[in-house]
Amino acid sequence: MNTIDQIEAAYLRDDIPDFGPGDTVRVDVRVIEGGRERIQSFEGVVIARSGGGVRETFTVRKISFGVGVERIFPVHAPIISEIEVLRRGDVRRAKLYYLRDRVGKAARIKEKRD
Amino acid sequence: MKTIIGEKLGMTQVFDDDNRAIPVTVVKAGPVRVIQIKRPETDGYGAIQIAFKEMSADKATRPAVGHFAKAGVAPHRHIVEVRVDDPDAFEPGQEINVGDVLEAGKKADVTGITKGKGFAGVIKRHGFAGQGASHGAHKVHRAPGAIGACATPARVFKGKRLPGRMGSDRQTIMNLDVVQVDPERNLVLVRGAIPGPKGAIVVLREAVKAHG
Repeated sequence: MNTIDQIEAAYLRDDIPDFGPGDTVRVDVRVIEGGRERIQSFEGVVIARSGGGVRETFTVRKISFGVGVERIFPVHAPIISEIEVLRRGDVRRAKLYYLRDRVGKAARIKEKRD
Repeated sequence: MKTIIGEKLGMTQVFDDDNRAIPVTVVKAGPVRVIQIKRPETDGYGAIQIAFKEMSADKATRPAVGHFAKAGVAPHRHIVEVRVDDPDAFEPGQEINVGDVLEAGKKADVTGITKGKGFAGVIKRHGFAGQGASHGAHKVHRAPGAIGACATPARVFKGKRLPGRMGSDRQTIMNLDVVQVDPERNLVLVRGAIPGPKGAIVVLREAVKAHG
């Protein structure tokens, strides 16, 4: 293991579930408002995972009041209190950027069958 | 002046106490050995020579072997001279570790040789705006444009910014935050980027212009 991996290893979280593009997730984020901490949830479809090590991020897309909203989280960010996988999606590519051009029925993702 | 030599290993990020991601450069710094002391009485100024990265005596030149032998130190690859006010505080052969020089939470200056960019045009080298992509522009999209007047002065002024060699310059980045110091592994994490590619030799010193 090279030195940089060793430094990153100290910051890696081991409580992150296995998830990938196409999965629907709920990300609970700790936000501090006026000295008080509360949990804010962001629920949507994972459309990408990129990077590696402690720098890895994932992009979650949801439609909020008819407007597409995407949020990029670092996978190992300490502000994430929990990631829950709600639904496994069956997709054929790693980046689902094509969903940005689709709305409604066309933007559905097949559920993965085991 | 507290100084140490190091090797740039690369960049990553760490999370601070407020859970913010901090971009850091990892430097393997030291240990370095003091190999020569220069004193005002004998040399006209006070300085120490420090050496980094031990090498085999077979590979070193004969003069270098002799120079290191005077301090009773095995030959090293890189030597840097550092001005100091009190040369007598050091002794030949003394080892300096990163923990003696830098401290987490303090600031550091990092000197290195920037990556060479080769022969670069004015847009890359000096940040010129270039010319239009259209409106009749022909083969001049990245050209500098006019570089001076005509018969008066009938020459191009010295210092006119033109294309040329870019990079491979010695550059010092001042007042970088020292995020972490690991004396056991001889590592230091400084916030932000530092000059040079991975594997570059850099000189780190306690910030000379830091306030407070």
